[in-house]
Amino acid sequence: MAKTLFDKLWERHVVVPETEEAPAVLYIDLHLIHEVTSPQAFTVLQERGLKVRRPDLTIGTLDHSTPTLPPDQNGKLPYISAQAEKQVHTLIDNCQEHGIELFGLDDPRRGIVHVIGPELGLTQPGKTIVCGDSHTSTHGAFGALAFGIGTTEVGHVLATQCVLQRKPKTMRIQFDGALPKGSSAKDMALAFIAHIGADGGQGYAIEFAGEAVRALSMEGRMTLCNMSIEAGARSGMVAPDETTFNWLNGRDYAPRDSDWARAVADWRSLCTDEEAVFDKEVQIDVSDLRPMITFGVSPDAAIAVDSDMPHGVDEAARLANEYMQFEEGQSFSKAAVDRVFIGSCTNSRLSDLREAAAIMRGRRVQDGVTALVVPGSEAVRKAAEAENLHEVFLAAGAQWRLPGCSMCIGMNGDQGQPGELVISTSNRNFIGRQGKGVRTVLASPATAAASAVAGHIADPRQFMDQES
Amino acid sequence: MSFEPFSSITSGTIVLSQNNIDTDQIIPARFLTTTSRSGLGKSVFYDWRYDAQGDLRADSVLDAVPPESHQVLVAGANFGCGSSREHAPWALSDFGFRVVISSDIADIFKSNALKNGLLPVEIDNAAHAELLSMPGQDVTVDLEKQIVTYGADRSASFNVEPFARRCLLDGVDPLGHLLNQMDTVQQYESARS
Repeated sequence: MAKTLFDKLWERHVVVPETEEAPAVLYIDLHLIHEVTSPQAFTVLQERGLKVRRPDLTIGTLDHSTPTLPPDQNGKLPYISAQAEKQVHTLIDNCQEHGIELFGLDDPRRGIVHVIGPELGLTQPGKTIVCGDSHTSTHGAFGALAFGIGTTEVGHVLATQCVLQRKPKTMRIQFDGALPKGSSAKDMALAFIAHIGADGGQGYAIEFAGEAVRALSMEGRMTLCNMSIEAGARSGMVAPDETTFNWLNGRDYAPRDSDWARAVADWRSLCTDEEAVFDKEVQIDVSDLRPMITFGVSPDAAIAVDSDMPHGVDEAARLANEYMQFEEGQSFSKAAVDRVFIGSCTNSRLSDLREAAAIMRGRRVQDGVTALVVPGSEAVRKAAEAENLHEVFLAAGAQWRLPGCSMCIGMNGDQGQPGELVISTSNRNFIGRQGKGVRTVLASPATAAASAVAGHIADPRQFMDQES
Repeated sequence: MSFEPFSSITSGTIVLSQNNIDTDQIIPARFLTTTSRSGLGKSVFYDWRYDAQGDLRADSVLDAVPPESHQVLVAGANFGCGSSREHAPWALSDFGFRVVISSDIADIFKSNALKNGLLPVEIDNAAHAELLSMPGQDVTVDLEKQIVTYGADRSASFNVEPFARRCLLDGVDPLGHLLNQMDTVQQYESARS
């Protein structure tokens, strides 16, 4: 019988098949943990006298509560609170106690969990990957089955290396056509979420396919899969291909030598069979896709940056408009920007920083605008600095910070002020997500950089045309 | 996590009718630096309930009625979307909720809620609209029969994933269920290596 990529990944990991009475026991190949969603899981282990079953398949990193400003003269990091510092040290202690490898504060491999997994080659086609973090869908870009779990399930995986799961339905989102200049994977992500809605993917595992997906770099595929959860889907995936293999080859944890050839041969079978049937199919043509922004307080409220503010169709839309303070029918270019955030597990990789730097190079961030550039990992920071991208940002008047989740979630204190309009390359424009009363507009790195330079929401293509 | 076994409850509702109430609204990220599961109830919906000075807002719907007699939250569609933080059901339970009713509840939230004795109930649009329009309404949520009844003769059926339902009704522990299958897991691991 013809199978989807998802079916193949699922079948490989079923330890005990699901029945009417009980979900499947699904084996997990890689468990990523961070400081926020793991402490209570370790407490349960301790209460029940359980060990971590496979510390060798568990990796820890510190990203959410960590400061992005450097330590003071005494080497003390500027934590937002003693509690945040305690949380970080709780993970350090838990990893030490259970023999789990942790990419800790001074480790050159530390970074946002969804940036470092791929970058180290831990994320591989065919794996099941979980993390107590909804953006775990990011890893699906490699043809892995990757999804976010809650803290109770983090405990289950620590103790048993398995989760109890019902098989989801499958959806294929086919992106046809060639992406025009100025538009990127982020714009594709916002476009599909606007198309299917914030709950349109609920209960589905999504496979992204089509010419425009094949043409994306691995970074672009990660951006796309990352935002699956913003449409309610726990996982999004792309079948692996030469782009995937070339990206992984030689990375620290990737297979080597004869193992590599064997792995690639196996990975080539991880694709949807031609006759396979999905529960739902969606088609999106990207030939005319313009850079996208969000205008509301849910990621599905997205529209092309050069459109006018739509009219509120219902009470919810009107309330969102009221919060965002955009006037119906106004051009977004009239909206003055207070703050710009370039970073997060959605858009903090080297290619994202290059995209932003290309716009900022030789230009200045508008007076009165605070721009934060936060690389996704120490490795990204190092690579960006080797290309002098940090000099570009600093010369433009932007801040160049240390790696972490930063303003995406604001847990470490990197936040906007009440009422501020923030153009952000992150993934959620929820009310108050980036600080109480902060109005968030999601966009690509190019659009965010263009807006920083212009001082208002700006179409990045204006800046690109001048270059050619 | 231990919690009271769930069979049936009758209680008044609190209604939050907005769609897409995300977990950042339920428990803002700044409260996630805790390393404990308890005590989050006071911070539930913090930015909806408290003003800039940290004083309880006079118009806070969640604080207008006693939580003991209003253990059922009726919310707009796509409740619990966004982050996977289990702090959201922890906070709602700690505040006193035992049930969340919507037409459509986000996946990860639903899974987290079920593991913490907070019953997510998805009902049809018509009944949902009706309950949204009657804040304070006494409802009976019967997990055994998977039915919500309210008013003189109104009812709506719902489905709960059978294993989670058994866990709630009989106090079955999902981790224990997994631990009982470790021999099979070991065989799986050996066969793969």
